[in-house]
Amino acid sequence: MAKVIEGLYYAESHEYVRVEGEFGYIGITDYAQDQLGNVVYVDMPEVDDEVTAGEEFGAVESVKAASDLFSPVSGTVVEVNEALEDEPELINKDAFENWIIKVELSDKSELDKLMDAKAYEAICK
Amino acid sequence: MNREYYGKLIFELSQPGRKGYSLPKNEFKGYSLLQLDAMSLRQTPTILPEADELTVVRHYTNMSNNNFGVDTGFYPLGSCTMKYNPKLNEELAALPGFNQHPLTPAKFAQGSLKLYDEVQKTLAEIAGLSRFTLNPYAGAHGELTGLMVIRSYHMSRGDVARTKIIVPDSAHGTNPASAAVCGLQIVEVKSLADGTVDVEALKPLLGPDIAGMMMTNPNTLGLFETRIPEIAKLVHECGGLMYYDGANLNPMLGVCRPGDMGFDVMHINLHKTFSTPHGGGGPGSGPVGVRKGLEQFLPNPQVIKVESSKLKVENLASGEVDYELSCKDESLGYVSFFLGNFAIIVRAYAYLLSLGKENIPMAGKLSVLNANYIKESLRSHYKLPIDTVCKHEFVFDGLREEYGGDHHSPEHVTTLDVAKRLLDYGFHAPTIYFPLLFHEAMMIEPTETESKETLDAFIAVMKRIAEEAKADPELLKSAPHSTPVRRMDDVKAVKEPKFTFKSL
Amino acid sequence: MYKYFPHTADDVQQMLDVIGVRTLDDLYAEIPEEIKLHRELDIPSEKSEIEVRRIIQDLAAMNKPLTCFAGAGCYDHYTPSVVPFLASRSEFSTSYTPYQAEISQGTLQYIFEYQTMMADLTGMDISNASMYDGSTATAEAMMMCMAAAKKRNRVLISETIQPAVMAVCKTYAKFHGVDLVAVSEKNGVMDKEAARELIEKDDVAGLIVCQPNRYGLIEDFTGLADLCHEHKALLAVNTVASALAVLKTPGEWGADIACGDAQSLGIPMGYGGPYIGYLCTKEALVRKMPGRLVGATTDADGRRTFVLTMQAREQHIRREKATSNICTAQGFMCLYVAAYLSLMGPEGMKEVNELSYASAHYLHDELLKTGRFEEIFDGPYLNEFTLRYKGDAKALRMALAEEGYLLGAPTLFCDGCLTIASTEQRTRQEIDNMVELIKNVAL
Repeated sequence: MAKVIEGLYYAESHEYVRVEGEFGYIGITDYAQDQLGNVVYVDMPEVDDEVTAGEEFGAVESVKAASDLFSPVSGTVVEVNEALEDEPELINKDAFENWIIKVELSDKSELDKLMDAKAYEAICK
Repeated sequence: MNREYYGKLIFELSQPGRKGYSLPKNEFKGYSLLQLDAMSLRQTPTILPEADELTVVRHYTNMSNNNFGVDTGFYPLGSCTMKYNPKLNEELAALPGFNQHPLTPAKFAQGSLKLYDEVQKTLAEIAGLSRFTLNPYAGAHGELTGLMVIRSYHMSRGDVARTKIIVPDSAHGTNPASAAVCGLQIVEVKSLADGTVDVEALKPLLGPDIAGMMMTNPNTLGLFETRIPEIAKLVHECGGLMYYDGANLNPMLGVCRPGDMGFDVMHINLHKTFSTPHGGGGPGSGPVGVRKGLEQFLPNPQVIKVESSKLKVENLASGEVDYELSCKDESLGYVSFFLGNFAIIVRAYAYLLSLGKENIPMAGKLSVLNANYIKESLRSHYKLPIDTVCKHEFVFDGLREEYGGDHHSPEHVTTLDVAKRLLDYGFHAPTIYFPLLFHEAMMIEPTETESKETLDAFIAVMKRIAEEAKADPELLKSAPHSTPVRRMDDVKAVKEPKFTFKSL
Repeated sequence: MYKYFPHTADDVQQMLDVIGVRTLDDLYAEIPEEIKLHRELDIPSEKSEIEVRRIIQDLAAMNKPLTCFAGAGCYDHYTPSVVPFLASRSEFSTSYTPYQAEISQGTLQYIFEYQTMMADLTGMDISNASMYDGSTATAEAMMMCMAAAKKRNRVLISETIQPAVMAVCKTYAKFHGVDLVAVSEKNGVMDKEAARELIEKDDVAGLIVCQPNRYGLIEDFTGLADLCHEHKALLAVNTVASALAVLKTPGEWGADIACGDAQSLGIPMGYGGPYIGYLCTKEALVRKMPGRLVGATTDADGRRTFVLTMQAREQHIRREKATSNICTAQGFMCLYVAAYLSLMGPEGMKEVNELSYASAHYLHDELLKTGRFEEIFDGPYLNEFTLRYKGDAKALRMALAEEGYLLGAPTLFCDGCLTIASTEQRTRQEIDNMVELIKNVAL
């Protein structure tokens, strides 16, 4: 059974945001990593790139699949998780610990459109 | 011998000072590459191998022993129509008379142009369409060319809003990819539980933004879309054109033609339906045919048969030719260097001539007979999701539950395991995990050139594998055991990418 | 039954019984009658092997063999007899894309060798194994530039590129939404200043240049790579593959992509195909690269093996998100090239170029000596050059063809000019005979 963590915001496309002050850490959920299988590559944007809610910002790749990443929120990329460049499998180990990008949120009201843990758990069934 | 893995690379056999060629002495004194500015010349030495002729011959011959082809054994790879490749075709394609420079004036290449036109005409009759171009190099290239025809048609009428194309969810992956390359947006239409297009779901998708619809019929489940006349009518009424993906043309030969089904544009894979070799994945050939009224949009150059009246008037100017090359302004443009993979076209012509009108329809019917025979013989052991008469191929959804195929059990024996175990018994595996409609899809296409004995042997092995799956799943999970090499580490290949000898 | 169909009447009956239908036609019962073809196909009747051979041999005989002095992207180089012999081994030719790696190591291995050789010749990190020909490979390079740049859709292409390549790129650009802009030429080579002006507008995804170009001239790309990279554009260099063995490589020019046709590596001219295009790039761009890629890995017993890899890039996974629809693995032609280069080695490739250079330069000088040709460009060339004929170039070409010689290709963009090529297959005797004919032609 896939893990879902309380207090995060979830998108239908299986990304999460963990909010800390003005910043959001974006990654894929445990359910998503499980569906994908062995992650072999994460295509990430560059620092200072703009991301827009609902739009593509990168991709996660397994041996026989590729899945685009959609940003749940809008903002500016302030950090990318460089550890994933060499060890993309960290996502399989712990998808919530190993976020993909850190974004300075430009519109916090967007968070209201996302799901809470309970609602997300329901769509994973 | 065949079981031994050869495995060496030519670079590992290289010895400085050896060579495998001989060239004439330079008869032109006073000319040397060194006369070129040093700035224009290559600085880095190449790492090309140095090997004598026998070393090269033995190397590739040994390598071929690690390979499986139609000539080696049964190759039921669904959607790929791995039929026998006649050897006469090879002999004729290699005739020196065909080895001409593409810019040879048409007058001196009349034989090749005539051959091109004969193949074009024959395909048009088989497809029930008006005219074919043989210029596209492959099936996917044909799809792209065909979609370009459709877009050119709409653009020529100033109907520029038609930028979307409807593709069923069961379509070959190349369909949406070709459409995307052609600048079209894809609208997916769902399949019904029986695997055919949901006509009710199609209706609301139709409108003034629809350029057309891509279909393959029979579809990727091997099922004939019986509502095709209605679908074609709906798409035509909304102003779109119907595109036929010819990957599954084989069973329809001489029985029911795409043009008569209501399609306007199609491609044919000569390497599937018309027996040219698959060559390890290429070169293929993907001729594109169109309905009357769309001929002018086909790619340049076209081969045109000069009408005899015109010939008399212009025989001086045109140099007394029967066939000439023509470029049309309305054409979508060029998609290839010249007239496509001509040597492949020669092979297909030899096949068409050999079989003739008597045997071409028989090829289709026997391919359907073979497919249904396997299906009926194996449904006791493998899950048959859609129970009806198939055409040239069909899909199982993995092993039946009583043979370890329960998808819900984490230890279930997968389609991949069955496929790998088949290799141990000397058969190529079917196409697996396609179409995407089923979790454990296993797509089997036997083709008409396989005998009942071969099919019976395959059926027996498939049943035996099912028994093994029940008794000893681990045997399948670690298969293959008796191939030259064992299962590969796919993850390592991506994570530690090595694409050249230098990087090893 | 027919020779390609093994079914006896008994077999058919037994199989129909298992299926539970009476006749073969019953297998088509679900198809609506109104769309079935209720007649024979209107095509010729079956023919015996003897008849088929005769018909096709007669067609081949209708063609006239010409001693080839034409190029324009297709060159009459020598094919060692070993090459077609090995390529015709049906363990190779009757196999398909190597999906089942355990029984396809032959195909996977020669593709890996091919990738190594092409990466080495171009001076790039990696090569794919999937391009149909040089023109479509260049169109793929164009789309790759656009995909890599994400938000830019303008690609520049040198006007001096082979016309067939330009034509195909234009077609792909029109439908794929690429704003393809031709960079003008000056003295037969790309006008680098014109290119600079365009690139400095910072909206260019890539620049495609050509070496040797449509006139046969060798171009100088000094500074182009830096200029492109400063403005976040990619540089793609299209080269005749054979020439890569001696001319400065795309890698040495600092290019991001190398593309072109590999027909010159021992593949017969074959009236236009099959050939193989090559597409090579740097490791950083691997995920933007279309087509099949073979990588090394290990099997369960730890042996070094080869496998199709990075498949997540490909059309069958990406579907509508794909930036290329390439499905082909041009296997048979990869084998052709790998076997050819294995035989030729570094020395053979140098010698082929040396001989082609010498015969082309000799021919060039002899043609000028006739007084009927004049030079229009003074740039260096390898084995192909452009001259203006003082008479009717078209008529001269036809007259020589009647005598058995194919003298070049008409240069569409330059009145009365012919672009002429030679290779190691041309002898001094052939050249002297043709030049003698030219002297005596009054056209």
